[in-house]
Amino acid sequence: MRYLPHTDQDIKQMLARTGHASLDDLFSTIPEECRVKREMCLPKPMTEWELNDHMAELASKNGASPSHRVFIGAGSYPHHIPSIIPYLISRSEFMTAYTPYQPEISQGTLQGIYEFQTMITELLGTEVATASHYDCGTALSEALLIALRKKKRFSRVAVSSLVHPHHREIIRTYLAPSGYQMVELPGRADGTTDLSSLDAMDDIAAVAVQSPNFFGCIENLGKVKEVAEAKDIFFVTSFTEALAYGLLKNPGHFGADIVAGEGQSLGIDQSFGGPGLGILTSSKQYVRDLPGRLVGRTKDRRGEDGFVLTLSTREQHIKREKASSNICSNNGLNAMKAAIYMATVGKVGIRRIAQLNHDKAIFLKSKLQEAGFEIPFSTPFFNEFVAKAPEGFAAKREALKKKGIVAGLNIERYYPALENHYLFCATELFSREDIETLAREVK
Amino acid sequence: MKEISELNLPENLKYSDDHEWAGVDGDVVTVGIDDYAQDQLGEVVFVELPEVGTTFSRGDQFGTVESVKAVSEIYTPVSGEVVETNLALADAPELVNNSPYENGWIIRIKADDLSELDNLKDKAAYLAMLKG
Amino acid sequence: MEQEITNSCRGEVKKCHTAKQTATSGLIFKEPFLWEKSREGRCAFSIPEQDVEASALDPELTGDLPELPQLSELDVVRHYTRLSQWNFGVDSGMYPLGSCTMKYNPKTNEVQASRPGFAGAHPLLDEDLCQGALEMIYNLEQYLAEITGMDAVTLQPAAGAHGELAGMLAIHAYHAKKGHQRSKIIIPDSAHGTNPASASLCGYESINIHSGEDGILTPEAVAAVMDEETAGIMITNPNTLGLFEEHIREIARIVHDKGGVVYGDGANMNAIMGIVKPGEIGIDVLHLNLHKTFSTPHGGGGPGSGPICVVKELEPFLPVPRVGKKGGRYTLMYDRADSMGRMLTFHGHFGILVRAYSYIVSMGAEGLTNVSKLAVLNANYIKESLKGDLYLPYERPCMHECVFTDKFQVESGVSTLDMAKRMMDYGFHPPTIYFPLVVHGAIMIEPTETESKETIDQFIDAFKSVVKEAEENPEILKSAPHLAKLSRLDEVSAARKPVLRG
Repeated sequence: MRYLPHTDQDIKQMLARTGHASLDDLFSTIPEECRVKREMCLPKPMTEWELNDHMAELASKNGASPSHRVFIGAGSYPHHIPSIIPYLISRSEFMTAYTPYQPEISQGTLQGIYEFQTMITELLGTEVATASHYDCGTALSEALLIALRKKKRFSRVAVSSLVHPHHREIIRTYLAPSGYQMVELPGRADGTTDLSSLDAMDDIAAVAVQSPNFFGCIENLGKVKEVAEAKDIFFVTSFTEALAYGLLKNPGHFGADIVAGEGQSLGIDQSFGGPGLGILTSSKQYVRDLPGRLVGRTKDRRGEDGFVLTLSTREQHIKREKASSNICSNNGLNAMKAAIYMATVGKVGIRRIAQLNHDKAIFLKSKLQEAGFEIPFSTPFFNEFVAKAPEGFAAKREALKKKGIVAGLNIERYYPALENHYLFCATELFSREDIETLAREVK
Repeated sequence: MKEISELNLPENLKYSDDHEWAGVDGDVVTVGIDDYAQDQLGEVVFVELPEVGTTFSRGDQFGTVESVKAVSEIYTPVSGEVVETNLALADAPELVNNSPYENGWIIRIKADDLSELDNLKDKAAYLAMLKG
Repeated sequence: MEQEITNSCRGEVKKCHTAKQTATSGLIFKEPFLWEKSREGRCAFSIPEQDVEASALDPELTGDLPELPQLSELDVVRHYTRLSQWNFGVDSGMYPLGSCTMKYNPKTNEVQASRPGFAGAHPLLDEDLCQGALEMIYNLEQYLAEITGMDAVTLQPAAGAHGELAGMLAIHAYHAKKGHQRSKIIIPDSAHGTNPASASLCGYESINIHSGEDGILTPEAVAAVMDEETAGIMITNPNTLGLFEEHIREIARIVHDKGGVVYGDGANMNAIMGIVKPGEIGIDVLHLNLHKTFSTPHGGGGPGSGPICVVKELEPFLPVPRVGKKGGRYTLMYDRADSMGRMLTFHGHFGILVRAYSYIVSMGAEGLTNVSKLAVLNANYIKESLKGDLYLPYERPCMHECVFTDKFQVESGVSTLDMAKRMMDYGFHPPTIYFPLVVHGAIMIEPTETESKETIDQFIDAFKSVVKEAEENPEILKSAPHLAKLSRLDEVSAARKPVLRG
């Protein structure tokens, strides 16, 4: 097998040194009753060519771009990925390197992540960011746990019901064993969070609002800040579409304490939902509470500038059972991809793409309205919005799939009161023609 | 690492089994970590301090002292209320290494019961424990 | 091979047996930060056509332009190409990191993961539009169940530690369902730090037990602490010293007898594929690291993937959704009342799953069994070759990794750290150092099966040279590395006054 270099000669010589008669003898200390009784039942190994055919066939059974136009966001967004990103990231010195625990030979990764930390805090208006988390849902859960730990007397957190449904599920999973509870804030008729019930709550450690929220609506984060400050609780905010902050006022502007986000829109492919990029960032005062790796700048013995992983005493390999999180491996390579993306689009590019996303989504909205859809929420949105479908849409949507068009995501299963409501997304990837075709087909 | 004979352990202080020292002035007890602890820990990078006004019982953890690769919990030898913490440590945690008994003190606690200090060892008894 | 080397500290010329230093200096650029290269008006992105009307967002909602750098495409390409040249990957050289299984990352895996049908698939596609992805997930679950001898698998956890948390949540849910939640979990002192951290996140107190004199756990030590308040035990097998836990079946029996659950940390699975099935030796829930055993790349820190494999009794508690197969069609099953809930927003690190799947179907059963056999052969070969030069705390057969210490060198004032830093000058990434914590100055070497005898011989020669230098010229170790981009970095200042952004 091409990954296994040992020849019979090699094996013979090596066994001579170890003093074993055969490879099987190497396992002689394993008690007989622990040994397997039969060979594993796995498919016959494939050659490279057979593998290509097999995987091409599996891949062809998925309705993905470019054969399909999928007008769905909901936490995973179709965007142009500049070709230099996969090209640069596939350099094996980045891809096959380990965690930079030996900094002298890992300055590539370390400077790359330091630059990511810098650019992402710039984008979000925050002061310190970790080297990545798994995704927004897990990062958001960690953010809430930070608040609960710091506000020791309180055991509940208030989370908007317009935070991504899957994120709220993750939060519940993370909070459950410690007995912490999540209370949900309802939505208002305009598609944003109703904060009024917060007034009566005096045992919560944090309030979390996603913006743009699951409906795509831009929340009034200034209002959330006011309420959080008045109650002296943590103001946590999250986002699933990072490109929104190429256009919108960022969370730092509103004084968010901790921000959790999904960075997949920054040059990372959707890949059926993962791996993405969890972003966890906050104001400076919480740096020692943040879980995950941090790259810091320093000098070497010769006085040369360099980078190291730092504040490691927060982490599991030192704190062990006292660690605030167990995270070890992160999504580092995707943080590098996001850094390359931000460097590629730059200050002006990111605004132009974000603006274009918004333009396309507005255009899609108006075309759908012409086709008989109603827009239930009046609040401005970035690149996705909810539309109530006219009679007979479900059948049309089904038929459109065969034409390679996926027209929105039905959100009834997440919000039962919103019967026949669909979440639509349009990005810079969709042409005017794509959108007009969709509108024409669903009329 | 220093040999036991090289350790600096002022006579007028008392020592706990987990290598903290306590000095008394009226009913205020000053607490820090001793020369053995700072030597074992290595260069201190951060000291986590409690808030002034917090009350502790004898033996409670009141903070941590961190080096690059290790974290040490620190425990109060007496019950009482924290009246002062050494804020200089925020910018200069190395004071714990360079001057563990003077500029590197960590907290001052108003003791509820000074007799609790009898649980600590004097220099001779502490040295005996280290050697033993 | 004898070489004259100059002792740079004292200007003396010494004759030393030295292996050929394979690391050299090339063109190593001083590359500034992206923002230092930025020039107003540059952009490396080709903005798509504005074919719809512009629609201004309410200025109240609009933010300032973020201060991201402005660069040309070549600026970006040169920047990252130069940065990569300061790094060291498995493709550059041997990476004998114990417990990390730094094996070769097959390039065909990258081809498969980048197929548009996979890379461009939205996770919330209608089921009939993602049958390919669901089929792959379903089959990968089956293969991992077969390899580990377990009944059910979830691919949702995003990394080993995430899988550990999922495993602990499964145990927590199991005891809750039984009507009596327990408060403690037994963890050997040799465990990876994520074990007690994961246990804490579930509210379990870690009860530490020591291994026996021979480096493995004794049933007596477990029996002494196992009771009806203990949720179970977290055990790594082979353990972090690279030794097979020979008493595992007895230990599992002791834990099961008191109603506990046995968690297996599967980080060291590379030693036992086709040899031992964790499901057959008493393990109830096991996590795997696809970025270790199953060849997916480490990416400088991640992303990885940490599936968990469980016995039938624990299946109801697995995360939602699960992938089922009905009449040739694959479907997502959400209705699972006892599930721990969701661990990740979508189905797991799918792109990583594609790579692991490709690896498994390329290797087959015999291939994977050979992987383990050769991994163990390579480690034992290194153990036998270096045991005179480095102190071997446990003189017994090792599995896929072996552990030495710096006991011999400490006398001349040379530590494990010094030897590790000097190995870089010989062209090798250092082994894992100072883990596990149970031995002082640990040096954990895991060559993996993809290293050839020649490479391993070079590694052995290099280490022997370093050991010789430790005796004859310790200063050259203490000031190492000499040939890397940087010398040792000031981690103290980095921690005292953290500078975390530019």
